Amino acid sequence: MMTDQGSRKRGRRGSGRQESFWGQLTTWLDDWIEINPDGTVTAFSGKVELGTGVRTALAQIVAEELDVPFDRVHMVMGDTQRTPDEGYTAGSMTISSSGTALRNAAAQARLILFELASRKLAVHLDELNVQAGVISANRQPQRKVTYAELMGGKHFNIEVPANVTVKDSQTYTVVGKSTPREDIPRKVAGESVFIQDLRLPGMLHARLVRPPSVGAELISMDERSLAEIPGIVKVVRRNNFIGIVTEREEQAILAAQALKVEWRESATLPTMQNLYATLRSRPTEDNLLIDQGDFDSAWKNAHRQLHATYYQPYHAHASIGPSCAVADVKEDQITVWASTPGPYPLSGTLAKLLDVSPEKVHLIHVEGAGSYGQNGSDDAAADAVILSQAVGRPVRLQWSRQDEFVWEPKAPAMVMEARGGLDSQGNVVAWDYQVWSPSHVARAHSPEQLVAGQLLSDQPSAQFGFSFGAERNAPTNYSFETQRVTVHYIADSPLRASSFRSLGGAENTFANESFMDELAAAAGVDALEFRLRYLSDERARQVLKSAASKAGWESRPSPLKTRGNLSQGRGIGFAWYENDQALVASIAHVQVDISTGAVRVNRIVVAHDCGLIINPDGLRNQIEGNTIQSLSRALKEEVMFDEWRIKSVDWESYPILTFSEVPDVDIVLINRPDLPAVGAGEPSTTTTAAAVANAIFDATGARLRQIPFTPARVKAALS
Amino acid sequence: MSGDIVITVNGKLHTVQSTPDTPLLYVLRNEIGLNGPHFGCGGEKCGACMVLVGAEPRLSCHLPVSEIGRARITTLEGLIEEGELHPVQRAFIEEQATQCGYCVNGMIITTAALLWKNPHPTDEQVRTALDGNLCRCGSHLRILRAVRRAELLMSGKGSE
Repeated sequence: MMTDQGSRKRGRRGSGRQESFWGQLTTWLDDWIEINPDGTVTAFSGKVELGTGVRTALAQIVAEELDVPFDRVHMVMGDTQRTPDEGYTAGSMTISSSGTALRNAAAQARLILFELASRKLAVHLDELNVQAGVISANRQPQRKVTYAELMGGKHFNIEVPANVTVKDSQTYTVVGKSTPREDIPRKVAGESVFIQDLRLPGMLHARLVRPPSVGAELISMDERSLAEIPGIVKVVRRNNFIGIVTEREEQAILAAQALKVEWRESATLPTMQNLYATLRSRPTEDNLLIDQGDFDSAWKNAHRQLHATYYQPYHAHASIGPSCAVADVKEDQITVWASTPGPYPLSGTLAKLLDVSPEKVHLIHVEGAGSYGQNGSDDAAADAVILSQAVGRPVRLQWSRQDEFVWEPKAPAMVMEARGGLDSQGNVVAWDYQVWSPSHVARAHSPEQLVAGQLLSDQPSAQFGFSFGAERNAPTNYSFETQRVTVHYIADSPLRASSFRSLGGAENTFANESFMDELAAAAGVDALEFRLRYLSDERARQVLKSAASKAGWESRPSPLKTRGNLSQGRGIGFAWYENDQALVASIAHVQVDISTGAVRVNRIVVAHDCGLIINPDGLRNQIEGNTIQSLSRALKEEVMFDEWRIKSVDWESYPILTFSEVPDVDIVLINRPDLPAVGAGEPSTTTTAAAVANAIFDATGARLRQIPFTPARVKAALS
Repeated sequence: MSGDIVITVNGKLHTVQSTPDTPLLYVLRNEIGLNGPHFGCGGEKCGACMVLVGAEPRLSCHLPVSEIGRARITTLEGLIEEGELHPVQRAFIEEQATQCGYCVNGMIITTAALLWKNPHPTDEQVRTALDGNLCRCGSHLRILRAVRRAELLMSGKGSE
């Protein structure tokens, strides 16, 4: 059964290249788990750490199922020569996909180790137990053998069967515990952790000279403008792509600022004033998701008709560390270190960019700053590859802050329109929801989908193949008898768009849950009570009631009639993520300064049910982060542009929430050990905006339907 | 020109090879090989590049290395004494006060400087001190709790 390391069958690890979104999940045990001679365990995941702590959670799963101490599990993640191909790390899928595969692999490994031990110790399987990787006989504890001794440096050489028996979650001792994150001690001590910290021997530095606007063409470039700057290795110019490679980093920064270039720009963007009208007017691909009952007649016959439109601007991922990548392009081997969410797919795209076979590109994921979706990391990898190819040496490319703001793909702008009919008793008798959105997925399967590919080829930016993401949480989980839900995909996004946490889930929830609040207010019914009327599922009801109980929710219709200059109110938002994943309810307590329109959020309560909880503190960390980040997006964030250029280029023109503005966040975790663990990376990013908008309405009677809720917009809504 | 500047970083003297106008950040990272201070914006707006100059938190992304003079530079790495993490670093681990951790350098440097100057700051003083440090992951509340834990550890009242 077992083979030596040398003659080891590789399974499918490292031979993926399928470029499918979720990769090609291997069932070969050795692709997932290795028992090392020193007693440690190496576990392989094709997913990557994006700053959310999944490395720790996956190691917990392996440690639990294999009965080894957590600190003996070493995770290797996202390396096209070492790990399985699991496509992209996206959609809060890491725990459910990679976690399940690792759990099954570890369970199979444990079973085999028990069989080996049974033979070696001549003790029946039922008479054996394991502690910390040591199997011993129940009645004769001196008869024992370690995992490492049993394996003897060999491999399992076997498939993981689909029906492998895993542990009963009731017996868990590692999973479900708040295991401290293994990366935090290294990060607080200043160890080399991030892609930005990677240094190779002979490595050169580089900065880009990007066009001032998307679609600008290079007219002229005068290299003599760099005569005074030392250390210039090469100014790499290919069509509209310019990068400067230097011996030292500061030289590249100076050179990128000093290079004299002339560009021909054109007005390719709508104005901010026309953005939403433009989105609505572009050709669409229309998907009717729900068509239940006869909406038109129900709407016509409704006692009251409500109609509202909500607006979501472009948002930047705005990673705190601008994108960075290191590439070493040699004749026979191309190695790229990048903080990409999809090592396998990116390796294939870079191979196309360089016109080499995919096997030549070895992509190694190294952590970057938090990305929250697809930011500039893949683009930076392509830039680095082109620059290294041009100079024949390893190159570290660092994007500037402005490169990141202008050239990262953005969370798409969207328009959401809702119509609802109430009968004379205040029941919802008709519900119609439509959303206009560009695709939220723009993964780079061809070089033209990367900035460098566009600048090199002079082709208009390639469209993205399939439309995805705007349907997420467009349908609600409310039991409306007559309802219609339609997604209109806009083929042509004014700004390049990509995934941001929850895709359209946050924007659809903002609109749906604001509109629920409008209906509740029109019916004169308490907002929580109104929602519960349309939810029979016990988990859904519990998550709402738990939030309400923690928040001290007082049942009454909104808005509050009392008015001072500082008006206070509370609002609720609820989502069942993707309609069948995690459940979240958020309640915001706000204070609105009527004279200035400034909104102060004092407290947000979040109740959260994502099935079995793997790591409670890690989960709390994620929920806190999602809540604060989504609050920042709701209150402050909007990518500004004119017809020519993106104007949000730094932290002053794209401000985010600061310490003085951060509210208290109180979290209620609902653990369901009997239910599968579903993703928790994104769900709690969806409910904040609606909770805040509804709280502003409760406080003031003013309805905010456009993100962000700036003081000017609040004042306008008040008047 | 090069070679004339000597700076003290984490208790050691370094002869700087860069030109005098080079921002301190790149000297620390690329000449001395430190990883604590990070490039975040290059415009003194985010705090990722923070170091201690004497006991003052300073942004290093624009600060010319020639202006350091005899001041002692301490980076995140330099807070560790004889292998022992600084109480502020310990507090950040105990509170699990990061998500991605890219900004944590500036958070710890600011906190250390604040607590030296003001061992028992008010909530408002803590938030004001940290307002120049941006965090995109939303770890703010954990960071605020870590400051409180560090306050206890530094006044000898904390536990491990």
